[in-house]
Amino acid sequence: MDLLKRNLAPITPEAWKQIDDEAKRVLRLHLAGRKLVDVDGPYGWRHGAVNTGRLEIRHDGGLGVPWGVREVAPLIELRLPFELSILELDCAARGAVLDLEPVVKAAEHVAHAEDEAIFNGFKAAGILGIIPASPHAAIAIPPNYAEYPSVVVEATELLRRGGVDGPYGLALGPKCYAGLAQAAEDGYPIRERVARVLDGPIVWAPAVDGAVVLSTRGGDFQLTVGQDLSIGYAAHDKDTVALYLTESFTFRVLERAAAVHLTYKRNKK
Amino acid sequence: MASDAYHEPLELLSEETRNLHRAIVSLMEELEAIDWYGQRAEACSDANLKAVLVHNKNEEIEHAMMVLEWIRRHSDDFDATMKKYLFTEQPITAIEDTNAGGSVNAGGATLGVGSLKGK
Repeated sequence: MDLLKRNLAPITPEAWKQIDDEAKRVLRLHLAGRKLVDVDGPYGWRHGAVNTGRLEIRHDGGLGVPWGVREVAPLIELRLPFELSILELDCAARGAVLDLEPVVKAAEHVAHAEDEAIFNGFKAAGILGIIPASPHAAIAIPPNYAEYPSVVVEATELLRRGGVDGPYGLALGPKCYAGLAQAAEDGYPIRERVARVLDGPIVWAPAVDGAVVLSTRGGDFQLTVGQDLSIGYAAHDKDTVALYLTESFTFRVLERAAAVHLTYKRNKK
Repeated sequence: MASDAYHEPLELLSEETRNLHRAIVSLMEELEAIDWYGQRAEACSDANLKAVLVHNKNEEIEHAMMVLEWIRRHSDDFDATMKKYLFTEQPITAIEDTNAGGSVNAGGATLGVGSLKGK
């Protein structure tokens, strides 16, 4: 038996398949960071930290010789519980398509949490996100989306001048994504013009405020995954089964200058 | 044409399926070459030629693994199954029964999400 203890759950294989398929579908839709950054792993539950190769020189203590402590990036473990009706789950064996709203909600929340750490950072766990790490001044998003391609050109030129090659990707917050999807000039979609500038993916990223232009050449941003996204079993009574969606990961910005934030606010850097 | 081994009319096949076919055919060719080089090296009576044949066989293994990795990155089914069976310690035939769903990876059934870059 592994840590997820799935074999203890009163769930038929047919229901497990629908639960897993639905969770995977929603996660793949909502996870934005994994569409843009390098994913290292998964390495499983036993993987606890990433070697950063850094040494913190220390002078305290009484060893009598110079010493330092190796720096590591510890993985964090997410675990979001949710409950499903056993009566509903049993219908899968009769051929029903299950109502899996709790699975959908859990997948949305976990995807948002992972992307929050990737894009905005998570100080409590020592994760520096893409946006806070960027040394570039944020570029203001114009009110008229027809001007969007010129802003994206400005961002890619900023990256190129800093020695960061493309292809470049674009993570769009919900407001930006909707605005860009609807915008057109002379009947030609603005989104297509932006895509030509980037030569990389345009991604819907609910955790991003505004947008981020970043290099997708590889080697700049690394999501290290221990246990990849999984559904485990916690407990059950006669009516409901308690499951959880879990994963372990850390995120590192290896090249801080490889991203530019596009913001609705005025420059703050 | 890269291959005449299509089993369905080409116009009914997507570019994704055609590329996967190209990769699978390449993998088959590399595995066949590994087998040939292995047999020739074992039967060869000249030590220097034997060393060359073993070297070539190992190069073909590298080629095969590169193609296999491409296939894994472009096929969710290959990806999930490879994560389930490769680099495990249990008896191989027992792995299939150990999980109620998902794919086995280093101690647990995952949803097999992994990297979404380029997908």
